[in-house]
Amino acid sequence: MATQSSRSAARIMMAPAVFLLLVWMLVPLSLTLILSFKRFLPLRGDRIGERGDGFGDFLLDYITGFPTLDWVGFQNFASFASSGAFTDAVVTTLVIVGGVLAVSVIFGILLAMLLDQPMWGQGVVRILVIAPFFVMPTVSALVWKNMFMDPTNGLFSHLWRAFGADPVVWLSDVPMTSLILIISWQWLPFATLILLTAFQSLDSEQLEAAEMDGAGPFARFFFIALPHLSRAITIVILIQTIFLLAVFAEIFVTTGGAFGTRTLTYLIYQRVLESQNIGLGSAGGVYAIILANIVAIFLMRIVGKNLDR
Amino acid sequence: MARAVTTQRKALNTAIAWTIGILIFFPILWTVLTSFKTEAEAIANPPVFLFFDWTLENYGVVQERSNYMRFLWNSVIIAGGSTILGIIIAVPAAWSMAFVPSRRTKDILLWMLSTKMLPAVGVLYPIYLLCIELGVLDNRYALVVILMLINLPIIVWMLYTYFREIPGEILEAARMDGASLKDELLYVLTPMAVPGIASTLLLNFILAWNEAFWTLNLTSVDAAPLTAFIASYSSPEGLFFAKLSAASTMAIAPILILGWFSQKQLVRGLTFGAVK
Amino acid sequence: MFTKTVLRTTSALALCVSAGAAFADGHSATITIATVNNGDMIRMQGYTDQFTEETGIAVEWVTLEENVLRQRVTTDITTEGGQFDIMTIGMYEAPIWGSNGWLVPLDGLSDEYNVEDILPAMRGGLSHDGTLYAAPFYGESSMVMYRTDLMEAAGLEMPAAPTWEFIREAAAAMTDRDNDINGICLRGKPGWGEGGAFINAMANSFGARVVDEEWNAQLDSEAWANTLNFFNDMMQESGPAGFATNGFNENLSLFNQGLCGMWIDATVAASFVTNPDDSEVADSVGFALAPDNGLGPRSNWLWAWALAVPAGTQQQDEAMAFIEWATSTGYIELVAENEGWANVPPGARQSLYDNPNYADVPFAQMTLDSILSANPTEPTVDPVPYTGVQFMAIPEFAGFWTEVSQEFSNAYAGQQTIEEALANGQNIVNEALSAAGYQ
Repeated sequence: MATQSSRSAARIMMAPAVFLLLVWMLVPLSLTLILSFKRFLPLRGDRIGERGDGFGDFLLDYITGFPTLDWVGFQNFASFASSGAFTDAVVTTLVIVGGVLAVSVIFGILLAMLLDQPMWGQGVVRILVIAPFFVMPTVSALVWKNMFMDPTNGLFSHLWRAFGADPVVWLSDVPMTSLILIISWQWLPFATLILLTAFQSLDSEQLEAAEMDGAGPFARFFFIALPHLSRAITIVILIQTIFLLAVFAEIFVTTGGAFGTRTLTYLIYQRVLESQNIGLGSAGGVYAIILANIVAIFLMRIVGKNLDR
Repeated sequence: MARAVTTQRKALNTAIAWTIGILIFFPILWTVLTSFKTEAEAIANPPVFLFFDWTLENYGVVQERSNYMRFLWNSVIIAGGSTILGIIIAVPAAWSMAFVPSRRTKDILLWMLSTKMLPAVGVLYPIYLLCIELGVLDNRYALVVILMLINLPIIVWMLYTYFREIPGEILEAARMDGASLKDELLYVLTPMAVPGIASTLLLNFILAWNEAFWTLNLTSVDAAPLTAFIASYSSPEGLFFAKLSAASTMAIAPILILGWFSQKQLVRGLTFGAVK
Repeated sequence: MFTKTVLRTTSALALCVSAGAAFADGHSATITIATVNNGDMIRMQGYTDQFTEETGIAVEWVTLEENVLRQRVTTDITTEGGQFDIMTIGMYEAPIWGSNGWLVPLDGLSDEYNVEDILPAMRGGLSHDGTLYAAPFYGESSMVMYRTDLMEAAGLEMPAAPTWEFIREAAAAMTDRDNDINGICLRGKPGWGEGGAFINAMANSFGARVVDEEWNAQLDSEAWANTLNFFNDMMQESGPAGFATNGFNENLSLFNQGLCGMWIDATVAASFVTNPDDSEVADSVGFALAPDNGLGPRSNWLWAWALAVPAGTQQQDEAMAFIEWATSTGYIELVAENEGWANVPPGARQSLYDNPNYADVPFAQMTLDSILSANPTEPTVDPVPYTGVQFMAIPEFAGFWTEVSQEFSNAYAGQQTIEEALANGQNIVNEALSAAGYQ
């Protein structure tokens, strides 16, 4: 169908986006790769070439692999992986991603089903439900941590006391639950909205026909609604996973990585910025990319299937 | 909805939905309310809900401490600029992927999305150095470019799924009528794609507005947006819930209001072509 | 509007590089200061107009939360980013950065400034090889703040220099769980500058040390086990729920609400807890030296928030002028005149403590005594190869001690035992020090 000329036109039109993203991927990726094989401790005076001698010289240093830094082989990779924190961080990352995904998909479906029912003031309810999506992660973490989860002055502690219970110390007693709660609060609206739109396009005649045939509400949900939603669910999972793998502000503000909430991203942050060991952190970055790609391949399998209609 | 529903059922739905809606919205409502309280009332037990001495004092203190308008303006420029630039670059790419698909199209799309999975913390140092060498630290336009690059995959993908909804026959017809590529783009496709573009614009504006890692680390004064503004209020000496609430309200209010006004477009676009 | 923005954006992009340069040039009479969002610094921002009026130098503030500030200024100084003309740093950074040549030495200060007036402990901590690299805006140690009314009700009397045993007994006696009164509030929050700082200073008074003279970690020693067990047991008996997440701010808030019998923390807190505007217990606060165990060192630290000029700045003279203004006796008088003597930045200058007006401030003498009793060059019972009271003045410390303090906080929260926390900490310290080539 497409002619040769439209093919080449298409190629030209795609070029800027592909080129820019290629650069944006290759530059950080190559920098991370080079640095992961280097000893780079800025606080000990290690430098990438001289500052202020212009971009050309920086480029030259970059291309030649930053010769001012010592090559240490796979030492950074070995020490990053051998530290006890590594496996814990991978598990924590997967638990947070999985937890938030589970919460937002399950509650998203329930909420979307509810909002799809006829009611008064549906528009206003939708506005209320969508609101958390607009809140900056830093702000939402600050608000939850201080105004709700604070064991002395938080609203939850007042509530618990009002019922005569001992307030829960959220961030140290149930740190993962707290974090998943905060992050889910931010992402549930997103999931709900996508799933709601999918629900609204569900053919009601088909449902009615099924009802006539004697299909119960569960059967109708599992055999008609859920398959119809599969594409929407795939999209929720894909988009959210991309953002959830990089969750940072929520942890930084609430627990600072303590109480078993240190994700891989946070561990890299500690190595790079708190310990100022760029080489080690970069090795962690490479591991993170590998993990992300494993998750990605897994995801793409599902997505690839579901994207072909 | 064709099915007839009893008023009773409708009332029950309404009650449940409103309860849940208010519960989900409550943290934001509580923050806004707290911002009008005194510090003592902010931590009072039992908490006061509406009947307290409403005061604007906290907003005065926050404004006195930091030039809110400059942070706001920077946020607008950075989020707006990066989104618009992203759309300009993404529309042709998404168009060609949607209408002239090749065997590799899906691979390219998925590859684009995978570029978003690189952990930013790992490359802060080199990128910081790069910005120094280019002389673009604390520069709004550098952030416009960086945030554009960060969100470009999402923009391309959203537009792609949206464009695929447009029936190809219309294009064929236009081509038969002798429309050039330019005409095709300008007069046939663009009007049909505007709703999709609008919602893509919105979603990415929100994502760029809330991006806190690069905006915080690559700015100091001239380009500092609201994410930097809020970083000066987290945990000052003593916990000042009311002032924290005022600063938080100021940081999220513009985007919240924009989001509410445009939620119809946003909702429509958020389907990612999930719905026929 | 739309097209305008597009045009502006695209044209600006083309000029990106030159625009960046233009920004830098346009600021000839403006200095940029990175600072932490502590009360005294916020107050200083309020008086900036006076400085601009006097000198014609405009000031831009970048005010950030402590952790974010550290990360920003460290990245900027090690990459020579040149974003700031003045950086607010602490006693930990000043000697390390100074020895690397990253800071402008403060040896050209004027005679009126009288650098000799700065307390020797502060000057020493902010110098490297006898050269001063940062001027203290305020200095602090730590001390016991306690509720005189609760102490009396418990039938006890606080000695001027208490022991840990007394503190623990008094804490148990003051605790009143029915009324939510905690006998003692201490920092358990992870982070080297939060709970990590407290436990490290406390360990000094228990005869513990982080490393021996060969830089081998000593967290597996009995002294460390004693320190951590004592702290944890006391806090479980008499501390607030969730102390593992409490840092300076959280404890200040608890104390001000009248929910703590005692609080051992930074001396600067004294002016907040005695300020009737913020504190419900302002008129019943007493002060004492931080506790000890009769081994020599007390459990107080030494710290200063100080202003320093990064070596790359284009506006060194203007930056110096600001530092002289902000850390001078003149600034102290300015604050005293407007907000009273209790609110001036404390702990930096001898002349403040010689001033009869300041002697009336209830916590003045105890603050000075606490500062004078800290010894950064010999912080521990057994000799150590490092200086610093609650920190080690080596670049790796902040990173590994944050991780160690996380292990400790996990133990306070009951996620692991004290023994496990110390064993993990031991590994973390050894790994970090051997990787850095100390061992």
